Amino acid sequence: MRSRVLPHPILSVVVAVVWVALANDLSAASLVFGIVLGIGVPLFTACYWPERPIVKRPLVMLEYAAVVAWDIVVSNIEVARLILFRRGSTLRSLFVTVPLELTTPEAVTVLTGTITMTPGTVSADLSADGRSVLVHCLDAGDPDAVVRQIKTRYERRLKEIFE
Amino acid sequence: MALASEILVTVLILVGTFFLFVGSLGLAKLPDLMRRLHAPTKATTLGIGALLIASMLWFDLVHDALSFHEVLIALFLFMTAPVSAHVIAKAHILRDAPTRATLPPAQTSGWATLEPHPADPRER
Amino acid sequence: MTGMIEAACMVAVVAISVAALLNLYRLAVGPDVLDRILALDTLVVNAIALIVVIGVWYGTAIYFEAALLFAMVGFLTTVAFCKYLLRGNVIE
Repeated sequence: MRSRVLPHPILSVVVAVVWVALANDLSAASLVFGIVLGIGVPLFTACYWPERPIVKRPLVMLEYAAVVAWDIVVSNIEVARLILFRRGSTLRSLFVTVPLELTTPEAVTVLTGTITMTPGTVSADLSADGRSVLVHCLDAGDPDAVVRQIKTRYERRLKEIFE
Repeated sequence: MALASEILVTVLILVGTFFLFVGSLGLAKLPDLMRRLHAPTKATTLGIGALLIASMLWFDLVHDALSFHEVLIALFLFMTAPVSAHVIAKAHILRDAPTRATLPPAQTSGWATLEPHPADPRER
Repeated sequence: MTGMIEAACMVAVVAISVAALLNLYRLAVGPDVLDRILALDTLVVNAIALIVVIGVWYGTAIYFEAALLFAMVGFLTTVAFCKYLLRGNVIE
């Protein structure tokens, strides 16, 4: 059931929070105007958002964010070490194909974004049917380990959250 | 307390600067585009992240003036950096024949960049 | 006792400027147009960092909007350039 006043409650909250953050001011005036925008903007743009993304397990999202934040820090130190102390031509760079079990566009988008931000990997392309991701590794001794890490560490959690 | 927060801000500024510098160094040093792509997308986001946290803490702790709009820039950059890297990689795959030759096969269909675009009005 | 932070800002400004020069080197050398796009993208990130550090150094928040605009315009130009290379068109 979608309500007619609040077609996208999460979008409303995001718009209100972004307004308050832009004003950089926690006063009543900016809060009230943020809430007005949060109700108004989703109402007037409702026809551009026909569907609402489904988030089944919001709490797993927090765990996922913590895991990804930790991995971003670790991967940055790792990539910095590779850049500073290795000659570029000795890095074993290669492309690997990661088969996907995720099907919803939101989940695939979050997964490819995560792949780019974490250890030595950049997502380079999706297959035309959306069932595999092309991943470029900066320095991979074992391509299968990269695929396994992506699947167990990120994809499993995203499957819990979105599907 | 004031000294501790100042030390924290100083360390965060230096850490952020280090990662920004390493990102740009990687961009200049690494030998080919796909390897170069790794350096800026990762190092610069953490570099900017650390600098923005430093700026936030500096206003909040040292100056006692509530400031949180830095979060917006950080969130924006963390959302857009993977997208820019992805489109650059896609354009590289389309334009560079030696890279195309090294691609592994996808599971069931071809890679989206190299397949004809289904929504393309010129090909319908 | 803000000498420590000021010194850190000075170090940061110098290091980020050198980083921007490295980006300019990549922008000039290329070899491909995509290397130049990537260099410009990184240059924008460095510019944002410079603005944030100078904001801390001078103790004002008035440069914040400039940093936000840089982030948005930088992302849009990168995507528009790449879209043009991918599809031969920006808006279809």
